[in-house]
Amino acid sequence: MKKLGSQTVKFENPPSIIGTATIVGPKEGQGRFKDYYDLILKDSIYQEKSWEKAETKILKEAVEMAIKNSKIPTSKVEYFIAGDLLNQIISAGFAARELGLPFLGIYGACSTIAQGAILGSMIIDGGFAENLVAAVSSHFCTAERQFRFPLELGNQRKPTSQWTVTGAGAMVLSSNIQNPRITHATVGKVIDMGEADPNDMGTAMAPAAVDTIIRHFQDTGKTPDDYDLILTGDLGSIGKDIAEDLLKQKGYDISSKYSDCGVLIFYPEQDVHAGASGCACAAVVTCGYVYKEMLKGKYNKVLLVATGALLSTTSSQQGETIPCIAHAISIENL
Amino acid sequence: MPIITKEQQEYKNFAKSKRPKPPLLKNMIMAFIVGGIICTIGQFVLSFFISRGLTPGQAGGPTSIVMIFIGAFLTGIGVYDKIGKYAGAGSVVPITGFANSIVSPAMEFKREGFVFGVASKMFIVAGPVLVYGITSATLIGLIYYLLKLL
Repeated sequence: MKKLGSQTVKFENPPSIIGTATIVGPKEGQGRFKDYYDLILKDSIYQEKSWEKAETKILKEAVEMAIKNSKIPTSKVEYFIAGDLLNQIISAGFAARELGLPFLGIYGACSTIAQGAILGSMIIDGGFAENLVAAVSSHFCTAERQFRFPLELGNQRKPTSQWTVTGAGAMVLSSNIQNPRITHATVGKVIDMGEADPNDMGTAMAPAAVDTIIRHFQDTGKTPDDYDLILTGDLGSIGKDIAEDLLKQKGYDISSKYSDCGVLIFYPEQDVHAGASGCACAAVVTCGYVYKEMLKGKYNKVLLVATGALLSTTSSQQGETIPCIAHAISIENL
Repeated sequence: MPIITKEQQEYKNFAKSKRPKPPLLKNMIMAFIVGGIICTIGQFVLSFFISRGLTPGQAGGPTSIVMIFIGAFLTGIGVYDKIGKYAGAGSVVPITGFANSIVSPAMEFKREGFVFGVASKMFIVAGPVLVYGITSATLIGLIYYLLKLL
């Protein structure tokens, strides 16, 4: 059996990440990982007529770049698994129209990259494909107009609010054996701790991350010491703080090797309040910084716990609380 | 509203202790200064019209028009949202803020066309203000009228 415990999968032939690519907007390009991105846009409209078109374009180009970096021909890529934040995941669907690859559209809000990596790894380890690409995108301007207010509205953002990352990340997964590889995956449950403020998603998502992390350790029998780096997706500074405390209460002290993509992407002086968020948040850090540092051997065992808030503007306006999810993948140099 | 369990309530209290407080005093001071500056500019415009021969009653209309133009113009060139970031209510409450709340969605949704974009989305922010503003003004006017009849 490839299943461990109740929610974790241990891949028999761990799929390899044979190539990645990341594209980010100008603001992200001034952030902490500026040296790790494949392309930094000069402006976030990217010579397109709308923000949505720009998002589709960066997703498509990130996928093409990742395939190129993986050094396999596009004809050998069997699936394109992707998602984004927009209604009916249009960025992914429209990018798939351009790419002409068999397409599986998925939605897991900001956890989508982990969801795609898990599904992709299962497809490969299951023997249903040799190579495939998992990708996500998000764009500050498309997300703002869909979830919040017009860009030019002179309102104040709350200290708890997070900044949607403009960018796209793609990874090519393959049955070819090379490092780094995806060894385990823990599929999270939807956790709702009664938070309803869409401007404070870190607080809402932290319990989901904690639940998945503990489940991962229990299912695999691993401890925090088995990892060099444990990275949550986009909890931001407040959510990260909460997650660390909750884990400590439950007997897992991960503080020495724990960080959050949402906290890392921007420098504090970039004034994004609680940090970054968006599908691209976990994706550009994983496909950029983490992947490249794993190739160099700085990290050998990384646990990525991508988090997502499964709300919509309709659910928020109707007073619903925010259901949250977190999926974990172990990426290891074997 | 969904029912909150005991566990959720405990989490709510725990999370509350972690949440940073908005810088209320700083926000209030900034709102006071910027709101004050906008109103002072309005007063200059009003005084200008009065000096050119309008009565204070007549000068109100053109002053509003000028202030709305300034608000709309600053929104159009992408400055008003930057003022709003620091000023908060100080730039939302004056009539320039009202102009910003109409011009910004009109700009944002232009790509969805002039009918379903600009025209239908123009009032997504200002709409509630108009609906409840006009409704409450009418109701209070009615009450005032009825009281005078007594």
